[in-house]
Amino acid sequence: MTDAFSLDGYDVPFTGGQTILQAALAARRYIPHLCYHPAFRPHGSCKVCTVKVNGRTVASCTTPARAGDEVESESPEIRDLRRNLVQFLFVEGNHFCPSCEQSGQCMLQAVAYDLGVTRLHYTQMFPDRPIDASHPEVLLDFNRCILCELCVRASAEVDGKSVFALSGRGIRKHLIVNAESGRLADTNLAVTDAAVSVCPVGVILRKRRGFAAPIGQRRYDPKPIRAMDEPADGEEG
Amino acid sequence: MATSYPPPRPRKKLRVATASLAGCFGCHMSLLDIDERLVDLLEEIELDASPLTDIKAVGPCDLALIEGGLCNAENVRVLRELRSHCRFLVAVGACAINGGLPAQRNHIDVRDCLQTVYLTGLGVSRGFIPNDPELPLPLDKVHPLHDVVKIDYFLPGCPPPADAIWQFLRDLIAGRTPQLGHGLIHYD
Repeated sequence: MTDAFSLDGYDVPFTGGQTILQAALAARRYIPHLCYHPAFRPHGSCKVCTVKVNGRTVASCTTPARAGDEVESESPEIRDLRRNLVQFLFVEGNHFCPSCEQSGQCMLQAVAYDLGVTRLHYTQMFPDRPIDASHPEVLLDFNRCILCELCVRASAEVDGKSVFALSGRGIRKHLIVNAESGRLADTNLAVTDAAVSVCPVGVILRKRRGFAAPIGQRRYDPKPIRAMDEPADGEEG
Repeated sequence: MATSYPPPRPRKKLRVATASLAGCFGCHMSLLDIDERLVDLLEEIELDASPLTDIKAVGPCDLALIEGGLCNAENVRVLRELRSHCRFLVAVGACAINGGLPAQRNHIDVRDCLQTVYLTGLGVSRGFIPNDPELPLPLDKVHPLHDVVKIDYFLPGCPPPADAIWQFLRDLIAGRTPQLGHGLIHYD
């Protein structure tokens, strides 16, 4: 007999060491998430995957699955909380989907659709975040960063380069490039690096590839993110 | 015993205003894109102030569909007038909801912006910054509608697809909370 926990009334089996999110995704029960990626150690920073376990709110990506737990994910309360988190991300940065080459392939956008976000609710901050176009093959548009640290993790753990890092605290936290000049051109980043393809939004972009997939054929056009077979990894379709 | 009811009253049409503030009229074009369903729609609504009727002053309305954000003082005046005359305001499209393309000037000082466009920009000769008193003054930042008045409904998209506008209006006319599913809710 395998161990199982209850997710919104459905039994979800798990194996030892799996977190709630990992077990749920393996059982094809979608829990919205942004900073989690199956190739990397769970990070627990975006909190979009928050669930209630036996009445306590926890990040499902970092909480180990336990037999018999009652997990609540799709309740109005939890969906409202997730919607608020996503609205915070939208107002903190400059997210103008109509002019973004990742529109239709963007996980933030797809999760927002899933949560039915039609309004921002909060006051936009309109931060000034200049882009970095110094690298010959890769463009950085910091306006869209959601601080998931997937590029930080991919660059350090897969590429062995540590090109990216987060700097600052609280609302001043931002993505930086590990070079004395602060410019991407002065790092050893290559366009083939895992860090380039892992970005779930539109920050790290390959040059000369914008709008490669036509509308209707982009990653999240055919079906909503909760109906996708595989978690997206930021690679352009 | 049979009860006799009075004959049903003819249904009152919803009175609808539309406006384009700091927008491109793309959302209005998408409204027209519902094509022959416009005929059905006009059984249910009648237009008040709108670029489509060219009526300038808004009267008492049930609904206003507002495209575009707020980039100048005139936009704010029109929006406040709509708010005071209409029961429900709908922010239609990206610009009304988050400022959209015009808001991409928000990290630039408005004076620098005007100087670049009218004085120092590439190909500009003998330019001057327009200052006719009839021109509404630009705001220092472009704002979405909900920064200034209460907005009751939001219909995203750039523009919202005709099918989304149709579904939205059908829901509202039928007295339901509008629900947009996959394919109808999108931000681009």
